[in-house]
Amino acid sequence: MSDPVDIDALIEELAGALRESLARRGRDAPLMVGVHTGGVWVARKVHALLGIEEPLGTLNINFYRDDFTRIGMHPMVTPSDLFGVDDRHVVLIDDVLQTGRTIRAALNEIFDYGRPASVTLGVLVERSGREIPVQADAIGRSLDLADHEYVKLRGPDPLSLEITRKT
Amino acid sequence: MASNGKTLQVDDHGRLRHFLTIDGLDRELLVNILDTAEGFAGVGERAVKKVPLLRGKTIVNLFFEPSTRTRTTFELAAKRLSADVLNINASTSSATKGESLLDTLRTLEAMHCDMFVVRHAESGAAHFIARHAAPHISVINGGDGRHAHPTQAMLDMFTIRRHKGDFASLKVAIVGDVTHSRVARSQIHALVTLGAAEVRIVAPRTLVPPGIEAMGVSVHHDLRKGLADADVVILLRLQNERMQGALLPSSHEFFQYYGVTEEKLAVAHPDAIVMHPGPLNRGVEIDSDVADGSRSVILHQVSYGIAIRMAVMSMAIGSHAAAEREDG
Repeated sequence: MSDPVDIDALIEELAGALRESLARRGRDAPLMVGVHTGGVWVARKVHALLGIEEPLGTLNINFYRDDFTRIGMHPMVTPSDLFGVDDRHVVLIDDVLQTGRTIRAALNEIFDYGRPASVTLGVLVERSGREIPVQADAIGRSLDLADHEYVKLRGPDPLSLEITRKT
Repeated sequence: MASNGKTLQVDDHGRLRHFLTIDGLDRELLVNILDTAEGFAGVGERAVKKVPLLRGKTIVNLFFEPSTRTRTTFELAAKRLSADVLNINASTSSATKGESLLDTLRTLEAMHCDMFVVRHAESGAAHFIARHAAPHISVINGGDGRHAHPTQAMLDMFTIRRHKGDFASLKVAIVGDVTHSRVARSQIHALVTLGAAEVRIVAPRTLVPPGIEAMGVSVHHDLRKGLADADVVILLRLQNERMQGALLPSSHEFFQYYGVTEEKLAVAHPDAIVMHPGPLNRGVEIDSDVADGSRSVILHQVSYGIAIRMAVMSMAIGSHAAAEREDG
């Protein structure tokens, strides 16, 4: 089962919220980083909307996952591509914020590349289900979903949000 | 030994349990190893040259045969994965191999180790340990006798893929002492499995094992013919310490006929790369001009070796972790 959602409107909402958040805190010349795979799709669009000239960085958190000892290695297709985070205002972008575990892994990885001045988190969709204390600074939309409801971003072209209910 | 290569190495889900030989592994798994290594290749260039993947795991380098390059790159690979590493240089001088090896194994198991990297002068030693080790332990073959050296072969494949791209269009010449080379055997299995267009062995008759054509290679005794139009030239070290009996008149004579010089290399493809597993015998199998020349990728091989070893270590330990959870 799938609900139609206007993705472009969500992305514009996220871009607007990020612009406001960065301006309010004086975080100029941000370095944008997308989390593989859905976060990179979203980040590409937000990156363009905010008119950032510096290339988008990408993060593959495979080597930082906390479930390695449970499920082993994921097949690795696209490695992280990130340079010069030292003293930069990093803007981290992901598609869905649920448990917070992906963001924890992404933060750990970013700090292994250097010491950023700050990290701002932007997510397309924020939903219930946090297992660690992580919150987004900018959000496309908050969805009130039950435990058995799942949201997934499909893409990259076109992007669509799929909400399924598993029993 | 080779026939059970697949069942011992790969679990029911197609995951790597141990890494003992290339023989019997399919193309998909080899490509998966190369892709995973690609992800690790950048770790050494970051501010923190470590990922937390194997944090809390203990890896034992169990070396029954001296080695500097292989042991240090395995050690560095384990440390870059955040594992704890124990280096044990055991001697094979005693004739009590069977029992003492098992005793060593049980002792290390009692220390709650997770992986053994084994190098041994006897062919089949790593298989033996893999068969007898406790179920939670992964074994990686760091070179056994004349049999196999699979991580060396995979780092060579990684080097070829990075510098030359698709295997299907490549002519590869392996030059030198094939008879005594575990590296050559593993390279041939890997190249054939990955679909290289042509694999040639170039060596004097005394250094070519009989029946090697059955592995899918052609044999050349003339260096110029063997190198003609080759895209990749892999040189093997003349294995002095493994050479028993007079298979060659002298290393000087070997250089005259099979030593690769810039002049002899002129018949290869203009963009050909030259590889060597090290350590180099300059003036025996390779001229210094070639070793230090623009076509040499020998030092790249060393760096890539760390990424490949990180890949197989994390894949093998990861599959054990996953399997234990499924069983539990």
